[in-house]
Amino acid sequence: MRMIRVSAIAAAATTLLTLTACGGGTSTGPGGNSSSNSITYWASNQGASLQADYSVLNPELAKFKQQTGITVHLQVIGWADLLNRILAATTTGQGPDVVNIGNTWSASLQATGAFLPFTGSTFNQVGGESKFLTSALGSTGAAGKPPTAVPLYSLAYALYYNKAMFKAAGIASPPATWSELVADGKRLTHGSQYGLAVEGASIPENIHNVFILSKQNGASFFDSAGNPTFTTAGNVAAVQQWVNFMGADHIVNPGDAQYDQNQSLSDFAKGKAAMLLWQAAGTALKADGMASGAYGVAPVPVESGTPSSSNPDSMVAGINLAVFKDSKNQAAALKFVKFMTSQAESAKLNGEYGSIPPVTSALTATPAANQEQTVLRNVLSSSAVALPQVPKESQFETVVGTAVKNLFADAASGKPVSAATVKQQLSSAQQQMGS
Amino acid sequence: MRRRHRGLNAPPLSFIWTRRIVLTALTIFALVPVYVMISSSLKPLQDVTGTFRWIPSPITLSPYHDIWYTVPLARYFMNSLIVSASAAALSVAVAIFAAYAVSRYGFRGKRIFTVAVLSTQMFPGILFALPLFLIFVSIGNATGIALYGSRGGLIITYLTFSLPFAIWMLSSYFESVPQALDEAALVDGCGPVRALFRVVIPSAMPGIVAVTIYAFMTAWGEVLFASVMTNNTTRTLAVGLADYSTQNNVYWNQIMAASLVVSVPVVAGFLLMQRYLVTGLTSGAVK
Amino acid sequence: MTVSLRRDAPPAGQDAGRGRGPSSQPCSVRILNQIRKGGLPYLFLLPALLLELLIHFVPMFFGILISFKQLTLFFIRNWQGAPWAGLGNYRIAVDVNGAIGSALLHSFLVTCGFTVLAVGFSWLFGTVAAILTQDSFRGRAALRTIFLTPFALPVYASVIIWSFMFQYNNGLVNDLLHNVLGITSKPSFWLLGHNSFFALVIISVWRNWPFAFLCVMAGLQGIPRELYEASAIDGAGIWQQIRRITMPSLRAVNQVLVLVLFLWTFNDFTTPYVLFGASAPSPADVISVHIYQASFITWNFGEGSAMSVLMLIFLLLVTAVYLTVTSRRRKNA
Repeated sequence: MRMIRVSAIAAAATTLLTLTACGGGTSTGPGGNSSSNSITYWASNQGASLQADYSVLNPELAKFKQQTGITVHLQVIGWADLLNRILAATTTGQGPDVVNIGNTWSASLQATGAFLPFTGSTFNQVGGESKFLTSALGSTGAAGKPPTAVPLYSLAYALYYNKAMFKAAGIASPPATWSELVADGKRLTHGSQYGLAVEGASIPENIHNVFILSKQNGASFFDSAGNPTFTTAGNVAAVQQWVNFMGADHIVNPGDAQYDQNQSLSDFAKGKAAMLLWQAAGTALKADGMASGAYGVAPVPVESGTPSSSNPDSMVAGINLAVFKDSKNQAAALKFVKFMTSQAESAKLNGEYGSIPPVTSALTATPAANQEQTVLRNVLSSSAVALPQVPKESQFETVVGTAVKNLFADAASGKPVSAATVKQQLSSAQQQMGS
Repeated sequence: MRRRHRGLNAPPLSFIWTRRIVLTALTIFALVPVYVMISSSLKPLQDVTGTFRWIPSPITLSPYHDIWYTVPLARYFMNSLIVSASAAALSVAVAIFAAYAVSRYGFRGKRIFTVAVLSTQMFPGILFALPLFLIFVSIGNATGIALYGSRGGLIITYLTFSLPFAIWMLSSYFESVPQALDEAALVDGCGPVRALFRVVIPSAMPGIVAVTIYAFMTAWGEVLFASVMTNNTTRTLAVGLADYSTQNNVYWNQIMAASLVVSVPVVAGFLLMQRYLVTGLTSGAVK
Repeated sequence: MTVSLRRDAPPAGQDAGRGRGPSSQPCSVRILNQIRKGGLPYLFLLPALLLELLIHFVPMFFGILISFKQLTLFFIRNWQGAPWAGLGNYRIAVDVNGAIGSALLHSFLVTCGFTVLAVGFSWLFGTVAAILTQDSFRGRAALRTIFLTPFALPVYASVIIWSFMFQYNNGLVNDLLHNVLGITSKPSFWLLGHNSFFALVIISVWRNWPFAFLCVMAGLQGIPRELYEASAIDGAGIWQQIRRITMPSLRAVNQVLVLVLFLWTFNDFTTPYVLFGASAPSPADVISVHIYQASFITWNFGEGSAMSVLMLIFLLLVTAVYLTVTSRRRKNA
């Protein structure tokens, strides 16, 4: 009897022991290398798969080790997790030394103070500020503060159009202004085919396009003090124009209002729509079965005139490289940043990923691989502007992107989208920005 | 002759027809998405988001080959299996003792304990996610036991997720085991622990199986904590499947193929467990 | 820890006759046993208690602390240094006239409606299926496996598949309703507007009813067959048996099950998040995504925590009321 009681206690104790053992047993901690000759690098997913990224990056990291003796522990992180993990790393202090960030996150992450600011002397350690493209540097943090990161891969928007459909409709050249786009779109819309495909429920896509339309109207979503100004006439007109491609012009399939998983891309690839506004769509279109000869690439239209930095036709999209302040090995981390943004690596890696080198010497030294690249390079260096560099950028994307998504839902169900409804949506978005 | 229906008489026709109609409807409801999943997994990528067809016309098996190379699926699967199985086993083990105490003993603080443990189920994950990461990191810094990012940390976290209901469900299953049975065992000279193992657990086996499945699936599907608390070696399936959605392409067909492949062992496990779900009182009641 | 030798009122008469064993033993042994037995339940509870403390209560304490702080992105690196907000975060959250408060209230009401419908149907489907498969018939094992399949599939893929099925142009649902059955005159938007609410309910029911089925099925095994046999002899038909024996016997299981389903559904984050992304359409803007947006997207963890605490209080209240009511009913039954 007594033995049994004892065994009961033992059983309970064993349970506890198993648990603690479990805690210690199978663990491999993240990041946190204290050894001076190694750093941890979180790369974002850029290629066809995470595995592909490893095979692109690992040989380069080997080169870096050969040059400097520094080992880089690479982790490629999918986009679904990257921001959450950066936030957790910021809060806990347990993270990598070097990390890729989406360039639109720059100002927000800058505000956390998690990253090493690129002041003059820091910049010199990675090869100087002047080696980067000016437009790409515009998306590395708030104006007037030292950048929180440096550009690594850059992208821009372009208009993709189906050559065969344009030919069939008798349209000789792609539209250069929005009114031409609407006119062409109407000629291209018949039966089950539509003039333009949009990603109506996607917050980033809506934001990127509305932002450009607003810029072309000379408007801005934030004033110089960083306060939201969503309801100005230029912004209302921009949002209304974008949504009315579906609502009033009927050149967009109402079904697009539900799209947020790149269905517009596959609609374009499958010939259900004649035009698409996208950043470097080439690889994805190929995977969706569209031959590169079947589509043409042109700059995104403008209201009037020609695209320029004051009449922009694209946001600066891309990836930046940042160094964690908590890094125990900042010198090695900066060496790595210098390496990754060197002419040779910038050309090599951007070539692999189909993006545009934000390093000027890499851009001029390598010829554009195809027509798409030529257009994108041109746009990036001459007529692309950065999204608002304010700490509340991500909140702005969410609330305004949602407003546009809601308006698309109205348009899809046949409700008219008037300036008043747009203004009302934008004003409730602005209220949600809080204080 | 086995007699499985409840009464002595065969059920009336009205019952049989209700059964047929209702079960058919539920089967359709359960299986249509599964069918779409299977058919999507057999399509070339460009067809997946295309116009819906009941029977996909070009069929390809390549997604079932590619899933292993796009993403380290085998590793994610093993991680998920280790984490979920350990969390479920430990959760049920801990819960059995706690539920036994709750269902068979009266003691001071019992109500507080049950209410407090149950209340943890209401804590929104978002509210304690960041503090938990901080605690794990500080434990790691203080003791060198790396919980943050390790499978161990994930196991402990998940086991507590299923623990409250495991305890509660088990105590209600235990309560349905007639007290007379374990009392008889106590009279026979068994201690409470032996009574638990000899009588209560066998009698409550269906409940224990149901709770094990619950605990396993809680861990199997968790996303929020796994997304931050794993690194590329400890990543679980629930978050790892998102890796098929890459910067340029979303491999829908591979997501579906991978989901089906990893679910086969789980469904097989359910099948095996069924045997224990339907035995129970009968086998437990006899000595 | 003090241990009372007195027992609580034994639930459902289960405790009668305990201690018969020790009473036949010498006095000293009996006292020793009493102490051991008194300590024993605590020992049994200890592992559970320690784990809950570590993973839930301690982090929760900090979570509540954060809700009184202005923990915005400017302070997440050093959260202790964040300035105190007092009740500021709460004031914003409950100010139903403000943009944030009214959105939260709306989201809360949506979640309540969603939860009631989703739990109701999940429970109904699961219970009906379990009762109808109680007797053996040909194909029963296969059906049971089929019914459990939705529960086994990864959430992410399941929700994606449903979102494909709910597509406007290319989805199965519109194809079925519009082209095959001709019920609707034109295709409907399932992921926009009011339909998005029902889409969410359908997916949630599809995912959760197998769990209800599983629990009820396990619960049914505990009903002694003699009860049915006795009532059959008394001339009760199968419907009467279900009403008089099966349903009352399931009360204990149902009490837990409905609460599990309630909390799962109310807190479910993955389903709406995968279906709608970070911003759900207003009619389906459930609270878990709403709070995620308020904290992770806008990086205002103080406010997100305050909202979470409010939600926690609500859930605690509902659960307390629910348990009081159901326990009383169980006792009366």
